Amino acid sequence: MARDSTGYTVGFAALVCVICGIGVAGAAVALKPRQEENKILDQQKQVLYVAGLLKPGQEASPAEVKALFEKNIRPEVIDLKTGTPAKGVEAKGFDQQRAAKDPATSTPAPENPAKVFRLPNNALVYHVLKDGKTDMLILPIQGYGLWSVMYGYLALDDDTTTVEGITFYQHGETPGLGGEVDNPKWKAGWEGRKIYDDQGKVALTVIKGQAGPPQAAPHRIDGLSGATITSNGVTNTIQFWFGPNGFGPYLKQFSQSQGRS
Amino acid sequence: MDKQTKGVLFDPLFNNNPIALQVLGICSALAVTTKLETALVMSIALTVVLSCSNVTISLIRNYIPNSIRIIVQLTVIASLVIITDQVLKAFVYDVSKQLSVFVGLIITNCIVMGRAEAYAMANKPGISFLDGIGNGLGYSMVLLGIGFFRELFGSGKVFGVEIMSTTNDGGWYFTNGLMLMPPSAFFLIGIMIWILRTAKPAQIEKE
Repeated sequence: MARDSTGYTVGFAALVCVICGIGVAGAAVALKPRQEENKILDQQKQVLYVAGLLKPGQEASPAEVKALFEKNIRPEVIDLKTGTPAKGVEAKGFDQQRAAKDPATSTPAPENPAKVFRLPNNALVYHVLKDGKTDMLILPIQGYGLWSVMYGYLALDDDTTTVEGITFYQHGETPGLGGEVDNPKWKAGWEGRKIYDDQGKVALTVIKGQAGPPQAAPHRIDGLSGATITSNGVTNTIQFWFGPNGFGPYLKQFSQSQGRS
Repeated sequence: MDKQTKGVLFDPLFNNNPIALQVLGICSALAVTTKLETALVMSIALTVVLSCSNVTISLIRNYIPNSIRIIVQLTVIASLVIITDQVLKAFVYDVSKQLSVFVGLIITNCIVMGRAEAYAMANKPGISFLDGIGNGLGYSMVLLGIGFFRELFGSGKVFGVEIMSTTNDGGWYFTNGLMLMPPSAFFLIGIMIWILRTAKPAQIEKE
């Protein structure tokens, strides 16, 4: 058959499609278990970093991460609206980002400046254990910066207001400007600040300029120079996730169960 | 190494650089050069995809019907890019997270299709492979050069290692924010083309 006849052309196109399809599908299927493992490992690592169980910049082998995680961390899936433990949802394999996208497991969020569009019904939080008791809570947060949704974790003392640490593990902010949310020095400035003021309102704000020591300015965080919009995005993220639509109900439940109210 | 092989491999570095002379692949040169690490991985990924696609296209060059040759090239390239992306995700997860969409965008990198159409369609697999490597190197050289200057002046670092301590960390170097923005890559590429064409006047286009 001639190389430019219609039959040959159609046949050739079909053959190319089949071969390329097999190649792509094969790679995707063969590599999937490894990718999933990487994803879980990465998540566990981020939790350990924000909990202070791994120092910034410290590398750990997959086995070490797993061991540290299993020894010190207890994941819990909660019902975001009521703040109570979710029934029938396993923490293992729960993907909050995916849950937030699926209409069956999420609801539209009320309009908010952090630009969170959908709220998952359930959220995955982590308890950092010390002598079998919760010493710290690690809560997933997300909000819009300048270019991108920033995903992160915030570590909270068991008094439910003092910040122990923060990390953003995925964002697309400008490196050197908004990307400085990754700067260990800036993140260290969060330690000891309070989320709520005396009236129980979310008060923590990223300001312009330097905030000073936590005792003098418990509700302020150093601004990121040259990145006002990212800074505001971080403020909005905190405001949203620690308010009534975020982890407000859960934290209330939690402090009651701790015998404080 | 005979003269032809050498030419195919090394001409794209200075004499026929895909970015500086052919002015292809500019978009990714802007996007991934704020840090050297991402620039390096992008360079490797592109070189791999480019040489593989050149070999594949060259192997089937005598069977591709002329009327659908572009789309066949594109299908082959797209498949290779997806496989590369999957491999990166499986083996260097951290880096692939940083590169995010840009690996996928190799598909639209004009260098890959440009070489497939201009070279692999008319040459044997072996030499096409070398052409892919050579052009990949030419691209890498520009990317790494730009990445070096952008990271150094933009964040005071080289490969993430601090060279000049920045004011954000309590040092003395006030970072140049422009270097981190895409336009600075335009300026740098422009300056580079200027230098290259001053050194090799043969590359100047006739008015």
